[in-house]
Amino acid sequence: MAELLYFGRLTDVTGTGGEEVSLPSDVNDTSALRQWLEIERGWHGTLTDPSVRIAINDEIVPDPSEIANGDRIAFLPPVGGG
Amino acid sequence: MFALLETPLLPSEALATFETRLNGAGGVVSFVGYVRPEAHGSDVTGLSLQAYSPLTETGIERAITEAETRWPLKAVSVLHRIGDMAPGDPIVFVATASAHRRPSFEAADFLMDYLKTDAVFWKKELTEKGARWIEPRAEDYQDRSRWDAQTGEPRKAPTHVRNQ
Repeated sequence: MAELLYFGRLTDVTGTGGEEVSLPSDVNDTSALRQWLEIERGWHGTLTDPSVRIAINDEIVPDPSEIANGDRIAFLPPVGGG
Repeated sequence: MFALLETPLLPSEALATFETRLNGAGGVVSFVGYVRPEAHGSDVTGLSLQAYSPLTETGIERAITEAETRWPLKAVSVLHRIGDMAPGDPIVFVATASAHRRPSFEAADFLMDYLKTDAVFWKKELTEKGARWIEPRAEDYQDRSRWDAQTGEPRKAPTHVRNQ
């Protein structure tokens, strides 16, 4: 199982801040994960939007980066505080 | 010094604490950001700030280290709220100290630009008309980009303003 985390405006679409999923064998990088979730869930491009970055085990990574069951994978929309 | 606070931020106390560890600095700059009471013509009823540990912390610590590399600072303090706030509540406190004023002004400005555009926070504004997520404006990214090509060294005066 992989742990998926959703932040900020993404939770308005996902309805949850996180979930556990079993990654299919052909979903082995971040780009494939975005596509797979898009098809499975029909989230209207929310996660395929390039402004949404991905962190694997708390490190922001470029697409495509390798993923596997056991990873914590966070989807991060544009950030900003202050 | 850096902290994320789930409880109210008290700027005057934060400044008093900062003043006890100036390390002989001759100048201090402090900035406080507050929740605005109005946005896009609606009354704001609240603001909620979400962080992602440990990304939020490591990113801000990295920005502080960068500020300390660019400018000769004697002390730095960044306090940032998370959780639910009301209009008028302080969100962020940044203080910098240096021997002379300029490094403190510039480093505080640099840190605020980092916090507005790169710090790992998500802000949800609640208004009488509903809730909306706030993302950095184009101006915020523009402000941030001012620091990209700079070394922190004082800039030379342009030739056209040199005294003849």
